[in-house]
Amino acid sequence: MLPIITIKNINKIYASGFIALKDINLDINRGEIIALLGPNGAGKTTLISIICGIVNSSSGTVLVDGFDTQKQYRETREKIGLVPQELTSDAFSTVWNTVSFSRGLFGKKPNPAIIEKILRDLSLWDKKDNMMMTLSGGMKRRVLIAKALSHEPEILFLDEPTAGVDVELRKDMWEVINKLRASGVTIILTTHYIEEAEEIADRIGVINNGEIILIEEKATLIKKLGKKCITLQLEKSLKSIPVALKHYQLDLSSDGQYLSYTFNNSSDTIQKSDLLQKSNAIQSNEHSSIATLIDDLNNNNIGFNDIDTKQSSLEEIFVQLVKDNEKELSRPLQQNIQKDTPQVKS
Amino acid sequence: MNYYAIKAIYKAEMARTWRTLLQSIISPIISTSLYFIVFGSAIGSRIDEIDGIPYGSFIVPGLLMLSLLTQSISNASFGIFFPKFSGTIYEVLSAPVSAREIILGYVGASTSKSLLVGIIILATAGIFVPLQIAHPIAMLFFLLMTCITFSLLGFIVGIWADNFEKLQLIPSLVITPLVFLGGSFYSISMLPPFWQTVTLFNPVVYLISGFRWSFYGVSDVNVAISIAMILFFLSLALLIVWQIFKTGYQLRK
Repeated sequence: MLPIITIKNINKIYASGFIALKDINLDINRGEIIALLGPNGAGKTTLISIICGIVNSSSGTVLVDGFDTQKQYRETREKIGLVPQELTSDAFSTVWNTVSFSRGLFGKKPNPAIIEKILRDLSLWDKKDNMMMTLSGGMKRRVLIAKALSHEPEILFLDEPTAGVDVELRKDMWEVINKLRASGVTIILTTHYIEEAEEIADRIGVINNGEIILIEEKATLIKKLGKKCITLQLEKSLKSIPVALKHYQLDLSSDGQYLSYTFNNSSDTIQKSDLLQKSNAIQSNEHSSIATLIDDLNNNNIGFNDIDTKQSSLEEIFVQLVKDNEKELSRPLQQNIQKDTPQVKS
Repeated sequence: MNYYAIKAIYKAEMARTWRTLLQSIISPIISTSLYFIVFGSAIGSRIDEIDGIPYGSFIVPGLLMLSLLTQSISNASFGIFFPKFSGTIYEVLSAPVSAREIILGYVGASTSKSLLVGIIILATAGIFVPLQIAHPIAMLFFLLMTCITFSLLGFIVGIWADNFEKLQLIPSLVITPLVFLGGSFYSISMLPPFWQTVTLFNPVVYLISGFRWSFYGVSDVNVAISIAMILFFLSLALLIVWQIFKTGYQLRK
């Protein structure tokens, strides 16, 4: 199936010279939920704004369902709904009027039945006559979603949809998003809440310094890049790790009761290019290395009563990826600084 | 053409007028009525006729023009500035609407409001002073063209302004002095020759003169020049707006 959005070589350089996006290439599949993660200023909102037509790209093309967002903007924009990051709204307008306004703006004939359904689905029906300025932040966020859905888009962009929303409301939002996906809507969301991406996304993209440093199926990403740690509760406490087990780089607790073994050592620098290759190798060796460890423990007469296993979260993977990318970017800079530093002869 | 979008923008803008009735309609009517009371009845009764027209009646086209110009600019500038200020402009920019449709919505609503204010002021003037309209079609032409042209100018100001101070700058520091010095309260033939020549550089002179001609059949400059000037201003405003949308100036980063 053809991707619903194709982003080709998108670059964005602002008038100030700031490079917001560097050669972005990305395909978004129909019906999926893709989460774009990245620190503040990474370029997530700029990318969304370019696809939606709010910001002009410096170069490159974006196709939405085969239509060019610049040349065929009517065809592309009517397929897209956007929920912005900021809680912007016409303070003096009622919920009903503001949602109806959005439907008209996107060229759709008035249809009170559809507006009613959207408002009911988002638990806004009893607020329909309330002025926007009287609503809470969470309710305003729902209204922005209602506005974005008012013209029945095929693609929905959610820019930080649950920022500043309480936990209960956030879970309600996830439900709404899942319902939308079930109805066939493609969803692209940016978020700071990694838990959110972990909960609802099919694919995860990580943006840092205007570059997509990784794009992967969520399950595969966690499987490939996540660290696993097994902790053994020993029958008898150890004073030190036997020499025969040194190569496992085990950790012994201070009381000598627990021995920990971590796969895919986080101290390894993960390079973008060899990231997947390396993680594949680690994954294939995973089971054999545990079995060998247990054999070696038996051979050294180290018994254990209990085993605890822990897998790293998406958050830990994300933090590691961003940290490694920052290191990679700062390396040439450091080299340049060293090169430029005048040598002092003694 | 996205007619639903034009209607949506137009309706939303007009809804703002009804919400702010006091500021949009009542305020200009009261201020103009005060001009008629002070200049028309109180002071005007002591001033001789100008070009054979009683002073109170003579100032009607100028006062009407003052209101039309300031109202058109402030309505249109606020209409586009506020979504920029509040951030709701994202919706218009991401919608499948062309520049022409956006302008028809915003400028259309501003023109409607100004026309409404103009008609009400005209009716109010009729209470205070005797009125006659010698060329009704020409009067409607000047009325409509002025509202459209200055609503377009207001739209440009609203896009250019990035704070509330700039929004007020053009109406209060440029338009009001130009109208006052453009023959609203006097005929430019009353000025010394040098100042008559200087006044001809004031574009508002041509609007007031043409408008006055449509009422009383007398004008400071040839009516054909007035018509040409208003059409020139309209074309200039359209050209600037077209450039704004082409370059995305202050709209699309």
